[in-house]
Amino acid sequence: MGYFREIYEGGASLVEGMKVTFRRLFHPLVTVQYPRKALTLSPAFRGHTELKIFEDTGTHHCIACLTCERMCPSGVIKVEGVKTAPKGPKVASRYEIDFSKCSLCGICVECCPTDTLQFSTEYELVGDNRGEFVIDLLARLRAKGGITAEPVAPDASVKKGDSKKGERAAA
Amino acid sequence: MWWIVGFVVLLIKVAVVLGVLFGFAAGMVLVERKLLGRLQIRYGPNRVGPFGLLQPVADGLKLLLKEDIVPKGADRIIFFFAPAVVALVPLLIAAVVPFSSDLKIGETRIPVLIADLNVGLLFFLAVASLSVYGVALGGWASNSKYSMLGSVRGAAQLISYELSLGLSLVPVVMLAGSFSLVDIVNAQAEYPFILVQPVSFLIFFISSMAESNRLPFDLPEAENELIGGFHTEYSGMRFALYFLGEYISMVVLGALVAVFFLGGWRGPVLPPLAWFLIKTMITPVFFIWTRATLPRVRYDQLMQLGWKILLPLCLVNIIATGGIALLVRS
Repeated sequence: MGYFREIYEGGASLVEGMKVTFRRLFHPLVTVQYPRKALTLSPAFRGHTELKIFEDTGTHHCIACLTCERMCPSGVIKVEGVKTAPKGPKVASRYEIDFSKCSLCGICVECCPTDTLQFSTEYELVGDNRGEFVIDLLARLRAKGGITAEPVAPDASVKKGDSKKGERAAA
Repeated sequence: MWWIVGFVVLLIKVAVVLGVLFGFAAGMVLVERKLLGRLQIRYGPNRVGPFGLLQPVADGLKLLLKEDIVPKGADRIIFFFAPAVVALVPLLIAAVVPFSSDLKIGETRIPVLIADLNVGLLFFLAVASLSVYGVALGGWASNSKYSMLGSVRGAAQLISYELSLGLSLVPVVMLAGSFSLVDIVNAQAEYPFILVQPVSFLIFFISSMAESNRLPFDLPEAENELIGGFHTEYSGMRFALYFLGEYISMVVLGALVAVFFLGGWRGPVLPPLAWFLIKTMITPVFFIWTRATLPRVRYDQLMQLGWKILLPLCLVNIIATGGIALLVRS
């Protein structure tokens, strides 16, 4: 009897399978026609890092402390800063990341003392050469309208070690 | 003088059938890709032309412009002619298929088929088994191990299903009392044979799926392990001929299923030709649906299905049909 049972069970499973695909025929399509339509990204998406815009100042809070540059395991980040006031804090004047070397570990985001780094939602990244993946985050922020005034040192003659003189001059 | 008129009419019929079949084959490629897409919850081709309707044209153009490569050590003559065999066989079978009721022009009646052979059914079986030569010789002539394995599989598969393909038609012949396809259609004037011969229909259907080398039985061309099997080494229009052959044979087998089991061109309201086309399309659509559902059977499973299930069922069915026919007619 095993013989007929096998035929019956084989046939039944066949019909069952055909039913499954038939139901798919009336299922709404799942394809997203990508360049024309795009899905909304998950908030947990990790693109390359970017500088946040804070509401209180309307710009980033980077103080060019270089913590991220030192913590980065791949040497991705290059930060330079200038003092805007003789005894005031520094402000970043250059923030570049080489995304071709970045492993998206997120240590820079975690260690940032002013919480000014976040992951961007940028995923359309194409380039002809490695140079195109060196991303200037300040330029990006400027394009988004996050920087209104450029940080300028108060006096070009003020140099390191001369800070006392500069302070007196300012006073 | 009259034979010239007959000859011209025949030529016209051949031209129309050829044109329609090639058109259908090209259309089937698109229908298959579209329907497969829908069955897998995605769009099919939708970039070339409105709704991707011009996709077959683009495909054909691409294949025409491809380089025609002949592998080193290939048997050139056989390599060149093997694809033609595969494309030729379904075209030959189409010669005996009655497409519609007789066309009446004044007093003369023109039968809408190319040749009403009184052994039409045997002609179909004889020619259908030739298509494996295209597969076997093409694979052998390519001088490639994958093609070789594919063609060996093709030959072994033929033996497994061809018997049940032929035997499943014996009850049809018993009911119609004729080998002619025209007579078989006429015998179904009252009811289509699928109602009295469902087992026969199923066996013929499964065997014809194997005949057209389609998915549950596409062992000769298994992409995964044989990289295309017998047509691994073929490119350009030669590959297109294999491809075309497969799709024409799909349409022709659909036509044969319609003739043998669904009553051919007979049907209410609609004109006969429309009925025939509808019935013909049922089988290819079912083939595509099956392709979207079932994985390829293993080699021994195919053998087992052919020899241990289909063949005994065929024989039992023949005996049962004969017994019932004897009872009814006496």
